[in-house]
Amino acid sequence: MANLKTVSKKSKAQSMGMHTEVLTGRTQQKFFNPDEAENFYYFGTYDVDFNKRTDLDVKDMTAPEANKEIDNLMSQGYGTIVIKNPQGKHSLGVGILNKLNLIFEGSLGYFGMGSCDGPIVRINGRVGWSCAENLMAGKVVIEKNAGSCFGAAIRGGDLICKGSVGARTGIDMKGGTIIIGGDAGAFTGFMMQRGRIIILGDVGINLGDSMYDGTIFVGGEIGSYGSDAVDSELTSSDQDWLKRKLKVAEIGENFDVSKMKKIVAGKKLWNYDNLEPTEKKGAI
Amino acid sequence: MCGIAGLIHRGKSSNVGSELQGMLQALKHRGEDSTGYALYGDTDGKNFIMRFKVGENVGEGSSSVMEDVSVYDERKKIVDETLAEMGAKIVKEERTLPYSLRYEIDYNVKDLLEFSQRIESIPGVEILSMGKSLEVIKDLGNAKMVCDRYSLDKVVGTHAIGHARMATESGVDIKSAHPFWGYPFSDVSVVHNGQLTNYWNNRRVLENKGMRFMSECDSELIAVYLAEKMRDGATLEEGMKASLTGLDGVFTYFVATKDSLGMAKDTMAAKPLVLYESDDLVAMGSEEIAIRSVLPQEIDTYDPFDGEVKVWQI
Repeated sequence: MANLKTVSKKSKAQSMGMHTEVLTGRTQQKFFNPDEAENFYYFGTYDVDFNKRTDLDVKDMTAPEANKEIDNLMSQGYGTIVIKNPQGKHSLGVGILNKLNLIFEGSLGYFGMGSCDGPIVRINGRVGWSCAENLMAGKVVIEKNAGSCFGAAIRGGDLICKGSVGARTGIDMKGGTIIIGGDAGAFTGFMMQRGRIIILGDVGINLGDSMYDGTIFVGGEIGSYGSDAVDSELTSSDQDWLKRKLKVAEIGENFDVSKMKKIVAGKKLWNYDNLEPTEKKGAI
Repeated sequence: MCGIAGLIHRGKSSNVGSELQGMLQALKHRGEDSTGYALYGDTDGKNFIMRFKVGENVGEGSSSVMEDVSVYDERKKIVDETLAEMGAKIVKEERTLPYSLRYEIDYNVKDLLEFSQRIESIPGVEILSMGKSLEVIKDLGNAKMVCDRYSLDKVVGTHAIGHARMATESGVDIKSAHPFWGYPFSDVSVVHNGQLTNYWNNRRVLENKGMRFMSECDSELIAVYLAEKMRDGATLEEGMKASLTGLDGVFTYFVATKDSLGMAKDTMAAKPLVLYESDDLVAMGSEEIAIRSVLPQEIDTYDPFDGEVKVWQI
């Protein structure tokens, strides 16, 4: 280790192993190739026909019974399923790893549409906490309000709430896009790592607290910024992307995106190093 | 994890006992160590209703010590004598269970502090509620069990709050169960979901100011905290707003008085609450399914934001 008392500040950090990692060796990353999209299927998924449509009344079913029945209908080739009387039940529609048009005529409770990959979902009511947690791909549209932890840890897809959402929206998100037509609560984008959040209304305190990366766009007032969340310049390409996304999301088509604020990570909290604990102690 | 629920009918009465039972039973997966009801029934407003206990439920799962039932009779007798000494006349007496009693009392006094202190100076006796409309009923078990045990499904009134408890910070017993009476204020009750981290500091301060704690349940602090604020002249809403900074931790709580129902949510919004509001009814609970037990049709609900305080009148 270099003599820390004599080296400059920059090289001191470098000698401690900070900010200098060059990743070597064979990468484990797999990149998506659109030409191979048709080959990406989970084991046990079904070939469904979107024009084959059916209703499912879940009024007297438990959540596992309803979810099993959705799976059963997909196995019969139904590509469009309308769920009647969800009545705020928890965990409806979880774990769907299939292409599917799913329509809920009513509201969902906690963990609705969690851990899904691929379905296009429309919920005509409200959703409770942790809607679409861990969404990988697909689109989930909520016509009314949503509870806290909306889109927690999503990796991809579009998650759209036309009303207002609770606290910690997009907490720990790792990709994808969350679009909110109304207001959002405190700690929106808390510890987000990638992806984008768009809020047309106001947002509560501690916006983007401890965010690693990703981007948050806000149309209204901001309660306060969280630790390491900073303003950034809204570019013309940002505005083009916002217009396109809002149009696809069917909300705020006439919203003046040029006045939106763009918030990113200041990256002052980044402190990755490759020191062993004993070396770290010596450096301090 | 606990569940809370509450509702208020504006401009009319309804079967609040049955409605709250449905709401709390829908939340039983959030805890069924004990369940409590604070019901604001229709009364003529002339007499005080005192709900009190002379012992604990020592049934399965209870953390209380077994006592001989004869002890309950002795305590009841002392309560009766003390009431007579204070000039309080028992108009009606009900003994639902050996340890649980309901008295209607003709007693003309505004300050219930001295009255409550005299009654609770009797060992083993605790007033669960005192008011001209409020009745707090709490016991071990889920909402249906408690409702059946005390025949609450027939109670008609304007508003109610309740609690389904999973015991975490204190024992499985009636004294730690919610709702808590806002001692010594007539007709004030509180239920809470969350955890208060400055309980002991606040308790020491409040006890030095002459306030009373009956349990070691952190939630009781909210009732005592609000009571102390009101004793110093604050309105209920002012007290609730002060609690957002005065109480540390995570919480969503409801407080009810003779003619109002309020909610407060901490500044981190860490505890859930779903709210339905219309011109003639406000219903709220930890989860939407609680509201659905009263309003099964499709309705518009929302989550109140962090640091929000709301109060509704009947």
